[in-house]
Amino acid sequence: MTSLRIFFVGGLTSYRALFNWLTPWILIPSFLIAPLFQILLFAYIGRTTHLESDRFYVIGNALQYAAVPCLFAMGNTIGGERYQHTLSLVLTTPAGRLPLFIGRSLPVIANGFVVSAFALVTGSALLGVHVPLSAVAPLVLVAAVTAFSCTGLGLCNAALGLRVRETAVTVNVPLSSLPAWMSTIAEGLPLTHGIAGARRLADGEGLSRVGGLVGAELLIGCIYVVAGYVLLRLMEVESRRRGSLEVA
Amino acid sequence: MYVARLIAITWWFQVKQSTKAGIFVFTAIIEPLIFATLAYYLFKAGKEPGTLLYAALSAGLMGIWSATLFGAGGAINYQRWQGVLEPLIAAPPPYLLVLFPQTLAAATIGVYSLTSTLLWGRIVFGIPLHFVHPGAFLLAVAVTIVALGVLGLVLGSSFILYREANALSNMLEFPVWIVTGAIVPLSLLPGWVHYLSWGLAPTWGYRAIRAGALGGNPWPGIGWALALAAVYLLIGEAVLRVFERRAREKATLSLV
Repeated sequence: MTSLRIFFVGGLTSYRALFNWLTPWILIPSFLIAPLFQILLFAYIGRTTHLESDRFYVIGNALQYAAVPCLFAMGNTIGGERYQHTLSLVLTTPAGRLPLFIGRSLPVIANGFVVSAFALVTGSALLGVHVPLSAVAPLVLVAAVTAFSCTGLGLCNAALGLRVRETAVTVNVPLSSLPAWMSTIAEGLPLTHGIAGARRLADGEGLSRVGGLVGAELLIGCIYVVAGYVLLRLMEVESRRRGSLEVA
Repeated sequence: MYVARLIAITWWFQVKQSTKAGIFVFTAIIEPLIFATLAYYLFKAGKEPGTLLYAALSAGLMGIWSATLFGAGGAINYQRWQGVLEPLIAAPPPYLLVLFPQTLAAATIGVYSLTSTLLWGRIVFGIPLHFVHPGAFLLAVAVTIVALGVLGLVLGSSFILYREANALSNMLEFPVWIVTGAIVPLSLLPGWVHYLSWGLAPTWGYRAIRAGALGGNPWPGIGWALALAAVYLLIGEAVLRVFERRAREKATLSLV
């Protein structure tokens, strides 16, 4: 019961503190309007270069925007606690670390999913992109899986204290147009398989045909979540040893 | 003399301070390189290699706007966090003379963006850097920086009154890239967007920079950018005075 409370209530409180929700309207320009303009920008670049259709950019950028809240928010959740001097207090409690850390990722996943879904719907409407009705439910699944895998990378980000903004290379440029080394790296990153799957779903293929891509995205997400959790534990132990928990 | 000294010292102090902040290094150098790489592959994959200098230049122009936006937007908030906003406003010089050099410095940081994307394009992708009118190109860059600095003053002044206005910074990056034709030709955009574009100094500055680099007549762009900068300065001065007074009345200057 305590673990559940830490998981849900602790996660929600941490999330609210992260965004300093004195006025929730600040999330509207950041998470609802900015992705639309990103979609428009790349769709117009696509029209300039005659490279891909509007659908390619709508789906790619809508799913990619999940990375912004997932990577930033997850990373800053831990960094913010350090900055506010609550990290050492939290880590001296006997609370289980699994609900403590993973609980903080749940609102972030939901945030990433909502941002992606909104960008997908409004971006499609703005640019007149048609998505088959049968693809809607599978696309919802892919968006959720993609938000999950991005948050997994965000956990690693949180542990390492890195400030990674976005991984954009596979979103707007077809993998085949990138150098081999860049494509190889992209294969191991969140988003790549999810976006590829979403694009094929929007082209009319069934979930059964893109199950491998969705599974790969899920697997990558799980690997990053486990790696992130292990890194967080290691970081905790190391920070205690060095006495650097409070170092902002 | 006194005004020139104040502007020069504040500008130089802010440039030095900004170059030591990691977020500015990322915004002004790393992020434009990411966009330059993206633009390069997009234009290359689109089989229009003749436009690769255009792509490198565009990424730099995008970086100039990002640097201005985040720097100008953050200037007042940094002062607020450091607890110096109230003393600066209470000091004898008009606050305009303190804020303008800071937003000008933010735009100046954008020169890093332009330089880094051009060098990146030359060194990594082998894009030849042949400028048709090098002198006019440099003048256009300088005028665009000044125009953006004044535009930053108008934007930044809202931060005195609205502490959450930094959310606008997150939103304004892409729209201005689109509307000013930083990377997408304006002819592709709907007709009504052109009216917005014409009222933005960066549109004319970017046009002049491109004309200086790729060929064309840069002088109308330089002239319009300067004229609009003068208009922005008048607007910024008026807006800043109103917002400053309202912030004093509401006692929100020192609220973080």
